[in-house]
Amino acid sequence: MADEPKKPDGENPSVLGDIGALAKGLKTTLGEYFSPQVTLQYPEDKSPRSERYRGRHYLRRYDNGLERCIGCELCAAACPVGCILVIAAENTEEKRVSPGERYAKTYEINMLRCIFCGYCEDACPVQAIVLGPEYELSDTSREKFVYTKEKLLEPLPPDVQARLDARPHPNPPPRAGEGKT
Amino acid sequence: MTNIYNDPIGHWVVVVVAMALMLFVLLTGAAYAVWYERVALGHIQRRPGPNRVGPWGLMQMAADGVKLAFKESFIPAQTDRVIYVIAPTIAVAAAFLAWAVIPIGLWYNVQYWIADVNVGILLIFAVSSLNVYAIVLGGYSSNNKYSLLGGLRSAAQLISYEMSLGLSLVPTFMIVGSLRLRDIVDYTVHWGPYTGPIPLILLTPIGFFIYMISAVAETNRTPFDLPEAEQELIGGFLTEYSGLKFVLYYLAEYVNIITASALATLVFFGGWYLWFVPPVLAFFLKVVLLVFVYIWLRGTFPRLRYDMLMRLGWKVLLPLAIVNVIVTGVIIVVVQG
Repeated sequence: MADEPKKPDGENPSVLGDIGALAKGLKTTLGEYFSPQVTLQYPEDKSPRSERYRGRHYLRRYDNGLERCIGCELCAAACPVGCILVIAAENTEEKRVSPGERYAKTYEINMLRCIFCGYCEDACPVQAIVLGPEYELSDTSREKFVYTKEKLLEPLPPDVQARLDARPHPNPPPRAGEGKT
Repeated sequence: MTNIYNDPIGHWVVVVVAMALMLFVLLTGAAYAVWYERVALGHIQRRPGPNRVGPWGLMQMAADGVKLAFKESFIPAQTDRVIYVIAPTIAVAAAFLAWAVIPIGLWYNVQYWIADVNVGILLIFAVSSLNVYAIVLGGYSSNNKYSLLGGLRSAAQLISYEMSLGLSLVPTFMIVGSLRLRDIVDYTVHWGPYTGPIPLILLTPIGFFIYMISAVAETNRTPFDLPEAEQELIGGFLTEYSGLKFVLYYLAEYVNIITASALATLVFFGGWYLWFVPPVLAFFLKVVLLVFVYIWLRGTFPRLRYDMLMRLGWKVLLPLAIVNVIVTGVIIVVVQG
């Protein structure tokens, strides 16, 4: 057969050798048949996420219930796609929302625009915004993807909360007196 | 039972009931052959296969069938409409016709068949070679060059392998001395203290291997699925078919697999005889095992190139089959004197 590629030297083609090769292939696939499967049954079982996985955002609170966010808009400034909207308002003695001078009256993230880069988390001086482990963010309308403050203030998953509590603060913690009012 | 068969009306009633029953069993069997193929291929690739619809995914085929049935029955422009529609029905008709003569042992002395023809196996060959019409006509009438190429390939392939398929069974007939499938299953040997039916594969192992390879080629299965050849021919003769017409081709393919497995069971593995296992269960087990061999081959081997296919058919299998016939004849003459 002129159109057949030449076999490399040292391999003598023989009928028995070829049949042996076929049998070896069959043995391999039969072995795989009885091997444990590698499929993850997705909606029921999920593959583990990295500790630093960047999923949906959360706004955090202090232990006494005050919001961490001080309305400084550094997250909005750091955001490469401009998906964060912060409108700040002054804290008053009657209505104290956060320990600082101001708080975020409106805090919205457009999840359709967000690229989950985590710059907002890096920019935040009071560790108010963090990216959690959830990644299944599908929804039925575009409007529902604009996450408002109520949604963002949902409590973090407990394991993430514990991890954040154990993490040394890269930024100075709030000055004495500010955290407790 | 004998009285019913002797009465002409009773005979027809029995035959019609038997045909309806066989149709039901075969349709269900083909559906679950598809399911089992998907599961087995999945296991070979270390994934579970369909397991969502119903327990173990057993209802998957029902879901797929409903989906395909509700598809638009589309006929491409400038096709030969009559042939385009008739071709898939030929495939199904040919696939089911073979079961007219295949006997099944239901219990220890109760057997089931629609027609007990004394040249049954010849009838199966005649009918199974009709399948090539379905493929060639489907490819020709689709007005698509890929379909036409697929149809032509299939014609050449089926003609090449038909010969070795037929010759691979000739030694069996020579040993048994009958073409009736029931006689082949009941073939009895007296060997020392043992007297009873034996699987004929012990006497004709080479015939079995030739039969297996040729049957895979006859049913257009991987590694001989050149008429379909997704990568080169998009889908060959199936390219332009969709909806229920596609289902017909698909059904015919799986019924053909079951037919080829059942025939191998009857001719080489002693049919419904298996030690103390109830006959119908034994038959079922053997057929399922042979269907698994088909799937196993599909999960293991890549498709042959066209010239390799032709060379294997004409230069290897056909001479081997002829030599097998001659050697068997010589041995029979020597043994029987």
